[in-house]
Amino acid sequence: MSYQANFRVWRGDSSGGGLEPYQVEVNEGEVVLDIVHRLQATQAPDLAVRWNCKAGKCGSCSAEVNGRPRLLCMTRMSTLPPDEPVTITPMRTFPVLRDLVTDVSFNYTKAREVPSFVPPQGLKPGEYRMAQEDVNRSQEFRKCIECFLCQNTCHVVRDHEENKPAFSGPRFLMRVAELDMHPLDAAAEEGLDRKRSAQEEHGLGMCNITKCCTEVCPEHIKITDNALIPLKERAVDRKYDPLVWLGSVIKRRK
Amino acid sequence: MTEVERHTYDVVVVGAGGAGLRAAIEAREQGMRTAIICKSLFGKAHTVMAEGGIAASMGNVNSDDNWQTHFRDTMRGGKFLNHWRMAELHAQEAPDRVWELETWGALFDRTKDGRISQRNFGGHEYPRLAHVGDRTGLELIRTLQQKVVSLQQEDFKEYGDHEARIKVFQEYTVTRVLKGHSVRGEDRVSGVFGYQRESGRFFTIEAPAVVLATGGIGKSFKVTSNSWEYTGDGHALALLAGATLVNMEFVQFHPTGMVWPPSVKGILVTESVRGDGGVLRNSEGKRFMFDYIPDVFRAQYAETEAEGDRWYSDQANNRRPPELLPRDEVARAINSEVKAGRGTPHGGVYLDVSTRLPAEEIRRRLPSMHHQFKELADVDITAEPMEVGPTCHYVMGGVEVDPDTAAASVPGLYAAGEVAGGMHGSNRLGGNSLSDLLVFGRRAGLHASLYAAALAERPELDEEQISAAAEEALNPFEGTGGDGPSENPYTVHQELQQTMNDLVGIIRREAEVAEALQRLVGLRERAERAVVEGHRQFNPGWHLALDLRNMLLVSECVARAALERTESRGGHTREDHPQMDSAWRKVNLICSLAEKGGADGSDGQIALVRKDNPPIRADLLALFETSELKKYLTDGELPSATIPEQRTDADADVDADVPDGAEQ
Repeated sequence: MSYQANFRVWRGDSSGGGLEPYQVEVNEGEVVLDIVHRLQATQAPDLAVRWNCKAGKCGSCSAEVNGRPRLLCMTRMSTLPPDEPVTITPMRTFPVLRDLVTDVSFNYTKAREVPSFVPPQGLKPGEYRMAQEDVNRSQEFRKCIECFLCQNTCHVVRDHEENKPAFSGPRFLMRVAELDMHPLDAAAEEGLDRKRSAQEEHGLGMCNITKCCTEVCPEHIKITDNALIPLKERAVDRKYDPLVWLGSVIKRRK
Repeated sequence: MTEVERHTYDVVVVGAGGAGLRAAIEAREQGMRTAIICKSLFGKAHTVMAEGGIAASMGNVNSDDNWQTHFRDTMRGGKFLNHWRMAELHAQEAPDRVWELETWGALFDRTKDGRISQRNFGGHEYPRLAHVGDRTGLELIRTLQQKVVSLQQEDFKEYGDHEARIKVFQEYTVTRVLKGHSVRGEDRVSGVFGYQRESGRFFTIEAPAVVLATGGIGKSFKVTSNSWEYTGDGHALALLAGATLVNMEFVQFHPTGMVWPPSVKGILVTESVRGDGGVLRNSEGKRFMFDYIPDVFRAQYAETEAEGDRWYSDQANNRRPPELLPRDEVARAINSEVKAGRGTPHGGVYLDVSTRLPAEEIRRRLPSMHHQFKELADVDITAEPMEVGPTCHYVMGGVEVDPDTAAASVPGLYAAGEVAGGMHGSNRLGGNSLSDLLVFGRRAGLHASLYAAALAERPELDEEQISAAAEEALNPFEGTGGDGPSENPYTVHQELQQTMNDLVGIIRREAEVAEALQRLVGLRERAERAVVEGHRQFNPGWHLALDLRNMLLVSECVARAALERTESRGGHTREDHPQMDSAWRKVNLICSLAEKGGADGSDGQIALVRKDNPPIRADLLALFETSELKKYLTDGELPSATIPEQRTDADADVDADVPDGAEQ
């Protein structure tokens, strides 16, 4: 069952651009990325798009379909109204490089700012013991395919370039939560308080839990409920618990 | 002089999948300034697609497991064509490589006593695959990626620069390995040349050691589980640099790819579905795999459904179900069922886990599969069977390397992971790929570092080679490649995929492979006339035009070797030579770049020679019963009469408590 669909695809680069109309064949079962590939093969050989696995596992083909942040490879044409044009635009939060490709280096910069896993002293490789129930939560966050759709949709940075330096975004706040909940992470022993760093260095306080990130996550990770809110609660506990506060002040003075 | 961005490093790793990142981490830890070239974004490599797990005989679930058993399984899976030394090193070192990942932050699924859990997989005697649900590859990539970041954080502390000693060049593609001359006039690696995707500008990295870790070749086939990056770049770079490829005829068709809808045809359905209890049925509802157990494996597989089903809970007293035969066997069986008219409406067979496990358990163990079928095919795998069929998945052949050092024949060139050959013989077992990446990625990084550090004098970049490489890369814009109409690279690519799929696919015949070789000549001429529109900035048409060179070179290797090997073994099935032939086990087929207009008078680019497979070391042979060895080796290769006596005794001890094991 094929039909001709109308597409509007943003073409351009950092100096500007606009929506270009295309009419293109759509077949049963196809996803938006199939259509982009057909456009490349037949009408627009230089149409720039990122993609790799075409199976929702690598998180490369992030863009906006009719204004909604989506993976192009996981957006089936059958979920879109057939009689209306389909509009594909690049992710809005990141600078455009060309057509649907954006400069996502913001995310790689933020990734470097999160201190890595600290292996526990005294445990050799092969000696790690962890219960499944204790790793479940961090494993949920490690399902992240780094498509950066949550970073793209988060309104703290979506239209607020000025917030970018101070805010790591849902993906990397979730990374802090993942390490904080890792049963064997020894950051605390090294004097690193991950909760405080979430608050003070990664802008956790700017998040006002509107759950937009959770809504767009193609892996259905409950970013807000399971990562950000618990991190906030624990950060708050620390900040406002007078004993914890006193303890941390004394520790810092040392 | 050509305008190029120029860098200098000690070790360049081409490829940022599991093998590349592991090599880079090792090189950096050896004190080398290390560059990682990444065709896509960092962390997007094809390794993320690996689902099932990492094979390592840690013995966490069944303490009888050990490296010798893993070695045996690997050799059996590869039908004894494996380079025995690689299989040995792999089996011995895999557990250390997995445990090390935990110290870098990896979170595997756990056993009840808190160790790394291990799951069953095709061809593995014991539960052996460390895993995270069915997204193990993602965990591997993320862990290595985060380890690289942690090394960069160390460097930031020490030097104030994250990239002081290890830098990732994202969206850079290498089109040539460059060579210089040593004092003695010998050709050595001097660096790499390529382009940046974003700007289209050229770059060189001067470095005495280059590790190829570019993965596979699947994009030369129409139905494949591989991503666009899998265009045989490293295979082609090695050939063009004067190195050799070994046994390229062996291409693994994974038995279970999605078959419907058309747009997802080929996407992988993990073997874990079968490892966790899923069964294959034809359109008549029959579990047909029981009809396809080959003689060499008859002793290890269940004869009845009841025995196979009991095996999941009691492995000591039952043999495993034939759905867990090595991949080549299952893929051929599915192919035969479909051909015999017992396939599904969309040309596959049924893979059913819905009647085998509770829905909740399926969602827990196979979350990605559940998600993938629901989102892409409207199929709920907890309630109905999947339709599956073979898909091009992996190439066992690759760069011929020294087993211990991963060194190719050109000094300074190394290869690890899928791009390297030998380890898996004629067929790779599931789970042995991720462990291969780690074991030989580390070895390649180590030996590339030792080589670079020991070098008295670094070979210089040759400006002529750089100009030639630049000219070659710009051809598609000029349209200067020969007489005839200009060509669309997308069209040429589609025809190449169709050709390889139809003529050098899962079942091969002499006349068809010969025809494929003819067509490849025509396609190569057309690819040289490929013309692209637009400019150099992020231009996918241009990138494809450049990748075509690599796919055509590699496809010719596959076809030429497939024509030469007149037997059926593992990932090479010849309908006109259906038997496995012990005489052929001793033969490796070696491809190299031919002089223009090859010596054999053909129009090919590839020269093919036969080379002896080195004899297996006696103590490793002693791990097998003579009766089993007889199925694979020629009489002359069998151990002499006195040794089998000792071996039988030794084996009797080992196998006493594993009645499902080696008895023939």
